Amino acid sequence: MRFSEIKDHLSGFRVGIAGAGGLGSTCAVALARSGVGTLVISDFDVIEPANLNRQYYFTSQVGMLKTIALKENIARINPDITVIALAEKLDHLNIPEIFAGCDVIVEAFDKDDMKEMIAETVQTRMPGTPLVMGSGLAGWGKSETIKFRKIDETLYICGDESTTAGDEMPPMAARVGIVANMQANTVIEILMKKTRDYFRQ
Amino acid sequence: MKIILNNREEELSGENLSVSEMLKIKKFSYKMRIVKINGLLIPREEYESTIIHDGDNVQMIYLMSGG
Repeated sequence: MRFSEIKDHLSGFRVGIAGAGGLGSTCAVALARSGVGTLVISDFDVIEPANLNRQYYFTSQVGMLKTIALKENIARINPDITVIALAEKLDHLNIPEIFAGCDVIVEAFDKDDMKEMIAETVQTRMPGTPLVMGSGLAGWGKSETIKFRKIDETLYICGDESTTAGDEMPPMAARVGIVANMQANTVIEILMKKTRDYFRQ
Repeated sequence: MKIILNNREEELSGENLSVSEMLKIKKFSYKMRIVKINGLLIPREEYESTIIHDGDNVQMIYLMSGG
């Protein structure tokens, strides 16, 4: 299949991205480059200098809301993509509203309790919507421990499932990038198997 | 009883264990996780009241901080 056909197919879908840190910003850029039509990105954080070790932002954007900066960066990469940027703190109540109509949702949080919260919310309140999660990506090296697992049709896990990020084991661009791109790759795989709904408004 | 745990057949002593009991027996200690039984996610507040039956397909996934 030619890239023009792939891009055309992907343009008809909407993907939700929960969090715009290392996983979210990198995954969003890969999806935008691939031509996924609409990205709904939610994050309430502003960019700090420490984020630049792995997140898809620039020094001139420090202090900006991540969602606004990411929208700007995506527009420079692929202006055909619609980015719906929301500076909301996600919770079990607003997730089903914010990501309503999304064909796939990407979990891109930093904290494990937020990961658990979105898994519970999407799996119980948005049945049938595939959730692509990142779990275990801190540090460097050990590429062989990073894996992809399809749990079932609605749950996919990318990461080593064992390392926890902390001061002595920081998340870094290379390893976070592997997992983020694995998540993007999974989204593309799910969408390429999906039939486009041409009647959707 | 016999269950499928993370795609492997597993023999657990006792019948009709709750999710909490299973986590204790298997020493699944990391605090943030997903538990699915036969494809259905079990929320944390239902770990005590949800019973795992013989033949159930159980998935336990650890959720690690970092992103």
